[in-house]
Amino acid sequence: MNRRKQRRLWFAAALVTASVGGAALVIAALKDNVLYFYSPSDVAARTVAPGTAFRIGGLVARGSVRHGPGAVTRFVVTDGRTRVPVTYTGILPDLFREGQGVVAAGALDPKGVFAASEVLAKHDERYMPPEVVDALKRAGRWKEGGT
Amino acid sequence: MTGEIGQLALCLALALALVQAGAGLAPGQSALALRISSHAALGFAVFVCLAFGALVTGFVESDFSILDVAQNSHTLKPLFYKVTGVWGNHEGSMLLWVLVLAIYVVCTVLGRRGGARLTCAALGVQGLLAVAFLLYILLASNPFLRIDPAPIEGAGLNPLLQDPGLSFHPPMLYLGYVGLSATFAYAAAALLTGEADARWSRAARPFLLAAWCALTLGITLGSWWAYYVLGWGGFWFWDPVENASLMPWLVATALLHSSLATERTGAFRSWTLLLSIGAFSLSLIGTFLVRSGVLTSVHAFANDPERGKFILCILLAAIGGALGLFAWRAPKLETGSAFEPISRESALLLNNVLLTAAAVTVFLGTLYPLFLDAATGTRISVGPPYFALTFAPLFVALLVLMPFGPRLAWRRGELASALRTLAPGLGAAVLAGGIALTLETSRAVAAAAVALAVWVIAASVLDLRVRSKARSLSLRSCASALAHAGLGVTLLGIAGTSWWKSEALEVLAPGQSLEVGGYHLRFDGVAPGRGPNYRTSRASIEVSRNGTAVATLAPELRLYPVEGKAVSKTAIRTTGIADLYVALGDDRGQGRWLIRAYVNPLAPFIWFGGAAMALGGLASLVGSLRLRVRALAPAAAE
Repeated sequence: MNRRKQRRLWFAAALVTASVGGAALVIAALKDNVLYFYSPSDVAARTVAPGTAFRIGGLVARGSVRHGPGAVTRFVVTDGRTRVPVTYTGILPDLFREGQGVVAAGALDPKGVFAASEVLAKHDERYMPPEVVDALKRAGRWKEGGT
Repeated sequence: MTGEIGQLALCLALALALVQAGAGLAPGQSALALRISSHAALGFAVFVCLAFGALVTGFVESDFSILDVAQNSHTLKPLFYKVTGVWGNHEGSMLLWVLVLAIYVVCTVLGRRGGARLTCAALGVQGLLAVAFLLYILLASNPFLRIDPAPIEGAGLNPLLQDPGLSFHPPMLYLGYVGLSATFAYAAAALLTGEADARWSRAARPFLLAAWCALTLGITLGSWWAYYVLGWGGFWFWDPVENASLMPWLVATALLHSSLATERTGAFRSWTLLLSIGAFSLSLIGTFLVRSGVLTSVHAFANDPERGKFILCILLAAIGGALGLFAWRAPKLETGSAFEPISRESALLLNNVLLTAAAVTVFLGTLYPLFLDAATGTRISVGPPYFALTFAPLFVALLVLMPFGPRLAWRRGELASALRTLAPGLGAAVLAGGIALTLETSRAVAAAAVALAVWVIAASVLDLRVRSKARSLSLRSCASALAHAGLGVTLLGIAGTSWWKSEALEVLAPGQSLEVGGYHLRFDGVAPGRGPNYRTSRASIEVSRNGTAVATLAPELRLYPVEGKAVSKTAIRTTGIADLYVALGDDRGQGRWLIRAYVNPLAPFIWFGGAAMALGGLASLVGSLRLRVRALAPAAAE
């Protein structure tokens, strides 16, 4: 009985230590490492500080995509109300098109241009980023059953 | 006709699954109940195979009067992708889930491990699961629904899924997910029958090992696919879909270790039962997350509420029922013999605490955004930095301590003797870390990762050497050494690609070239080409190193007109130690193209390590099947 109790105590102590440590790590990590999602209108309304990482989503404005110099691509993300210029250096995902939905992660530079470190492509069937649908709905530009 | 045959087969399978569950869970014990349940189970399996065969036939014959085929197939698709397209969609993949369940049910019947009572109850539990999923398929996700009039042509399959790596990824994952249902069934059977000694765990071990191997392979395949398809050389993204498969793997790994102790000394009996329930619950949660559409958005769930709610009900019933059973029965369990703080049991305990905590951090990181979205409508995403802060420290601790486990004796081990055995490994680790530190672009964290990997690999070798000297080398110890070393190899690969990668990104005109990681790449232009169901732009890139030509690489950009999608096909030249990885970006006009090239040192090790782990699991599986006769005779039970 004594041994058994001792062992249980060990087990419980280890588990409690691990979960307290884990919880502390999790809380600390969640606090600082969460990326918020903003639509272009949110970006305008909130005045997000330059350098703060977040995700932006909307449609790639028609006629806005400019390539170069080098591997740089510039385009504009819009939710129909507000437009945010974006630059990205790298290969764009295969599904990237003008007039299509896009989600990019990055931060604003001091001039208000969103410098994307990542432009997201999902390997999902019939994909329209739900964040984009939301953003369009909020801007009143979403038509059910097609864009 | 095929559609009706499939539909009928599913209904008959449902009826037989009900019989299987009813007879299996009937109170009292009788040879008759086992016989009825077994025969019903075999019948269930036959009809599920028939239904699956019907769906495959529908896809192969391009029978577009079946809605599922019309939405996901196309006559021009190569035969191979017509077949794999069966599980490239929701309805078909759920049928695959049940097919895999049927395979495990047949194994349960034929193996009859753990005696008649246990087998009977386990079959009953598996029958209940079969009923739940068949009802789901028939009521909410029927793959045999007809459309009238039938379209002339189908909508095609997402080109990203038209790839050999991804074709076998879902079946492997399902073999893993559903394999855990067998372990779950045995755990529930042990609780139901009160035969909760170590016997159920020995009986379920082959299933657990099979499931673990399949999960390991499935995750490895998925990560390999992401690496060569997504075009930027990453292999793991902490995407919720990936996390959904990682969580059951972590808990199954914990279970694999805790059940070792349970079988050997009877320690952690209730914990092992709880982990069996947890591992399968996480499989169900994974299926739910991926298949309900919740992940892309909590609102996607609301768009198809019937399906999401149905799976959620199955989930709650299975987890709630099992936990209720556990709460009722577990307090009556006897505890095993005691052990000292320094012992194999303690090492396994630590392993379990760390693995479970790691699973919890992944769980929180994956589900927190969903809760937040549902509760407040705020959309956030939790990315790699979170996992680097939470998951990584736990895994580092796990890897530092892992080598000690196999070197400690049961009940009472000696740390000093373990340290003596492992000392050369420590030396090798320090040496490797030191060498890594002198390499260019090196950082302390990178060197530490290399040292840790070498420590783990060296310890496995040392363990085997000591055992072979003592003539106590068994299949089981070889298997465990291989799996442990595999984890080290994977870590080595991760360290190499994460910290020593070279990268180049340039717009090139024909004849121009770029330099990356000691390679010279000359771009010779892009030529159009044609595949069975796509058009392609194929680049020609001459690779040379120190002036000598080594290879011609041909990355492509494929356009699938039916689906209206473009997919890039990377070109990878591997030496087995490092990868030269080239992706073709977009057309910048006048024959100029954007080209991205990487040299990823040690990248192949990531998948070699995964394969080694799976191989270790397989060897252990063979060992556990051989143990059967000796260990499973009722007299041998504790």
